[in-house]
Amino acid sequence: MAGKTLYDKVWDAHVVNQQEDGTVLLYIDRHLVHEVTSPQAFEGLQLAGRKPWRTSSMLAVADHNVPTTDRANGIEDPISRLQVETLDANCETFGVTEFKMNDLRQGIVHVIGPEQGATLPGMTVVCGDSHTSTHGAFGALAFGIGTSEVEHVMATQTLLQKKSRNMLISVDGAVGPGVTAKDIVLAIIGKIGTAGGNGCTIEFGGEAIHALSMEGRMSVCNMAIEAGARAGMIAVDDTTIDYLKGRPFAPKGETWDKAREAWLDLKSDDDAIFDEVVTLNAADIEPQVSWGTSPEMVASVNAHVPNPAADEYANKREGYERALEYMDLEAESPLTDIKLDRVFIGSCTNSRIEDLRAAAAVIKDRKVADSIKQALVVPGSGLVKQQAEKEGLDKLFIDAGFEWREPGCSMCLAMNADRLESGERCASTSNRNFEGRQGQGGRTHLVSPAMAAAAAIAGHFVDVRHF
Amino acid sequence: MKSFTQLNGLAVPLMRSNVDTDAIIPKQFLKSIKRSGFGVNLFDEWRYLDAGFPGQDSSTRQPNPDFVLNVDRYKGAQVLIAGENFGCGSSREHAVWALDDFGFRTVIAPGFADIFNNNSFKSGLLPIVLDKEIVEALAAECEASEGYKLDIDLKAQTVTTPSGQVHSFEVDSFRKDCLLNGFDDIELTLQQRYRIEEYEETRRKNAPWLFDTPA
Ligand code: SF4
Repeated sequence: MAGKTLYDKVWDAHVVNQQEDGTVLLYIDRHLVHEVTSPQAFEGLQLAGRKPWRTSSMLAVADHNVPTTDRANGIEDPISRLQVETLDANCETFGVTEFKMNDLRQGIVHVIGPEQGATLPGMTVVCGDSHTSTHGAFGALAFGIGTSEVEHVMATQTLLQKKSRNMLISVDGAVGPGVTAKDIVLAIIGKIGTAGGNGCTIEFGGEAIHALSMEGRMSVCNMAIEAGARAGMIAVDDTTIDYLKGRPFAPKGETWDKAREAWLDLKSDDDAIFDEVVTLNAADIEPQVSWGTSPEMVASVNAHVPNPAADEYANKREGYERALEYMDLEAESPLTDIKLDRVFIGSCTNSRIEDLRAAAAVIKDRKVADSIKQALVVPGSGLVKQQAEKEGLDKLFIDAGFEWREPGCSMCLAMNADRLESGERCASTSNRNFEGRQGQGGRTHLVSPAMAAAAAIAGHFVDVRHF
Repeated sequence: MKSFTQLNGLAVPLMRSNVDTDAIIPKQFLKSIKRSGFGVNLFDEWRYLDAGFPGQDSSTRQPNPDFVLNVDRYKGAQVLIAGENFGCGSSREHAVWALDDFGFRTVIAPGFADIFNNNSFKSGLLPIVLDKEIVEALAAECEASEGYKLDIDLKAQTVTTPSGQVHSFEVDSFRKDCLLNGFDDIELTLQQRYRIEEYEETRRKNAPWLFDTPA
C-alpha cells in the first residue's frame, strides 16, 4: 500500500465517522471567529437553544471593521460598530475568549492565531474566512467555511466533509535574491490559474518552500484559496517547531516534548501518491505584479501587459479584455510604466514582522514619491506593531512619508474607512485584485512588500532587485 | 433548512468566468448582522450606476440598463446560468443569501468554487454542474428565446429544456437527501453525539495539547 500524504495523515486523525457515500464527520480542533461571518451563527445557536460544544477551541477577534486610526473614540461608523459590539456581546454570553479592539494582542485573525500558538501542527483549523488556508503553513489542515458551517462547528465541534484530492506543488531549487514568498505564490497562481486547485488540498513542497521562514510559508498558504484550493499545507520541520516554542497557547514542559515528537511525523511519506503534481523551477521566478482583476492575471515586473488579441490568449480573450478595460491598461505596455496613486502594505498575506522589515529595508533614507497620494502601513497585529516599533521600523516608514496605522484588515477589503476612490490605482500586498475589492472602481496590483515599498518611492513599479 | 425538490423557473444567463463573491455581494453589505435583506444589493456594482451603501433607499438608485438582471424579460428569474468557477473568492455565505433573497433557487455552471458550493447546499440554493458546452448552449438558447424556462428535478437529477432535451447532473447523495427533505444538519450531527464524545476522549489521551488551552 502506498504511503500517506500530509493531508491524508491529518484528515485520518480527525475522522469521527464515515458514511457509506464517503461523507465524513470531521473533528475540529481550533475555531477562529471574527465579527463579519459569526453574528448569524451565534444567533442561530441561540434560536435553537444550543450552546457551543467546546468554547476552549474558540478564539475570537474583530479585524475587518476596526478603524486603523486612533481608537480612543471607538468606531465611528454605526453599522461597523454594531457588528463589533455584537461579537463582544456574543463572546461574553457564551464565554468565548476574545481579544478586544484595544487589546495589544488584537489583529487580523490569521496573524494572531499563529502568533499566539493557537494554530498547532496536525490540527484542524477553521474560520468563517477563506484565508484560513494560511494556517496550513504549520502542517495543520486549515480551511475557510461559511456561516452555516460556523454554526455547525460551534454546536457540534465537527463538520460534514468530503475528502479533497491531493495535489503537490513543488518549487524546486532556490529563488534568486529579492524574490519573496509572495512572488512564489503569485507565480504558482499564474501558472495553474484561479481554478487550478479546485477540489484539491495543495501541499507546497520543494527546497524553495522549505527554505522559507514561517512568515513566508504563511504568505504562500494564505493564497492557496486564490488558486482554487480550500487548503494549502506545508510539512513540519525545525522551522515550524522553533517558531512555536514558548508561544502563549503552545504546549509546555513534558507535553511540549510529546507534541514535538508527534509533529515531526507530519510530512508526506516518501511513497505517498498525489493525484496531481505541478513543478516550478524557483530560479525562474522573478518579482511579480498582477495586472488584471484576478490573481491569475499576473506577470514578472519586467514583462508587458498581455495583448488579448494574441493567439495564445484565444480562450481567455473576453476576460482579458474586460480586465484591461477595468484596469485602464494598454496592451503590450511595460508593467514598470504603471503609475500608482496609493500603496498599501498590510493584510493577512503580508503584514507580519518580516514583511515590514523587508519593506523598511527598501525605503530607508528615501522618500515616497510626490505623486503618491497615500502610502499606508498596517501591521497585522498589536504585537507585530509593538515589535516593529521596538526595531524602529515605524520611524523609517514615517520619515519616508508612510502612514503608520493600528492593526486590522484595512484596505485589503475596505470595510473600514481605508479605501480607494474610483479610478485610483494601488500597489497592494494583499491577496485579491477583484473589481472593487479595495473600494468601488479601485484598481489593485498585487505585489510583495519589498515591491510595494519600491513602487511607493518610485511612484511606479520597479524591479526591486535593481532598485 | 429550506428544501428543494422541483422547479420550473425562468432562466437568465450571466456567462462571465470567475464571478467572485465580492461581485455577488460587495463587502459594505456584509456589515449586517442579519441573514436576510441582501437581495437588493445582489451584484450591486454591476446592477447600479450609483455607489451602493448599506441602509440606502433602493428606490432612489440608478439601475444599469445594460446589466442582464435589469432587463425586463428576465424579471422574476429563478435559474442563473453562469460561467466557470462561479462564486470564487471569500467564504461569505452572504453571497448565497443574496442570490436566494433575490429569488434564485439554483445556479447552473461548469464549476463552482468549493466554499460557495458548500454554502449553497446549506442555504437551500442548488448548485448544478453541467459540461461547459451544455451550459453555453443553454445560455445561448436562453438569450435567443424570451420566457425561457428550465425544468429542474433534484430527485431525478435532471435539467430539462423547453424543447424537451434532458441533461443529467451529479449530486452527492447525502447532500441531495438533506436538500430534498430540508434536514437541519446540526440536528442530524447531534444524533451522533456519543461518537463525537468517544472521539474526544481518545484524542484527549493521545494529544492532550489540543485540548488544554489557556484562557
Ligand atoms: S486581511 Fe483581507 S483577506 Fe485577510 S482576513 Fe482580512 S479582509 Fe480577509
